Amino acid sequence: MDSVAEVEQAVEKLTLDAGLDEDESFRVVMAAREAAVNAVLHGNAYDPNKQIAVSLENNGKSLIIKISDQGEGLDPDTLPDPLAPENLLRGTGRGIFLIRSFLDEVHFRQLHPGTELTLVKHLTPPAESNS
Amino acid sequence: MALTIATRELDGVTILDLSGRITLGEGAVQLREAIRELIGKGVKKILVGLGEVNYIDSSGLGELVSSYTTAKNQGADLKLLNLTKKVKDVLQVTKLYTVFDIFDDEASAIASFK
Repeated sequence: MDSVAEVEQAVEKLTLDAGLDEDESFRVVMAAREAAVNAVLHGNAYDPNKQIAVSLENNGKSLIIKISDQGEGLDPDTLPDPLAPENLLRGTGRGIFLIRSFLDEVHFRQLHPGTELTLVKHLTPPAESNS
Repeated sequence: MALTIATRELDGVTILDLSGRITLGEGAVQLREAIRELIGKGVKKILVGLGEVNYIDSSGLGELVSSYTTAKNQGADLKLLNLTKKVKDVLQVTKLYTVFDIFDDEASAIASFK
C-alpha cells in the first residue's frame, strides 16, 4: 500500500500546483487513490512481482492521470450499479463509481496484460475581467 | 494520520469519537472491530462522531455501511454525527446520505435514540 500513498501525495501536489481549491483537490486525489487501490488490490492482486505504472500531466487545460496494472483486466461495463436499491447496503463496489463521479472523463484501456485507467480533470480558466 | 477512536457514554448512548482517516489499511478495520466489540457487548445505541474525520475512501464507506447493517441485524441502532464537508460530499454522491440517520448536534442525536 506504500505505492498508493505515493500516488496520493503526488496527485495532491499536482492538483494544488494547478490551483484547484481544497474540495476539487480532494475529489481528484480520492479518485486517483481509488484507482491506485484497484490496481494494487484487484488488478495485481497484491502480487509483489507485478507493478503499477503511474503518469501525471498538467497540459494547461486538463490534469491527466494514468494508472495501469498488470492484472487480468477489468470490464467496467460489468460492474454493478452501487446506487441500485439492492446494492446500496453492500460493503464494496463503490470505487469505480466514485472515480467516475469525481472526474470529468474516465477512460479504460485493456492492456496485455492489465488495465489502464485515464482520469481527466478539466481545468477551469480564470474568469476574464470585463473592465 | 491513522484513525483514533475514543469511546464515551452519555444518557445510555455509546459515542465513538473518530479522528483521522477511514481508509483501506488506515482505519477501516479499526472501525469494524470497534463496532463489533460494542455489539458483542450488547450495546444497542451507537453514535459515530465523524467531526474529526478528514478523509474516507470506498473501503471506509464500506465499513460504515457494514457496521450499520451489522448493528441493524443485532437490533441495535447506529447513527452518524458531525459530518465534515468531505465525508458529507462522499455520502451524498453514493446516496448513503439517505441510508443513515445523520445529526449535526450531539443533543439532538442523543434525543433521537429515546
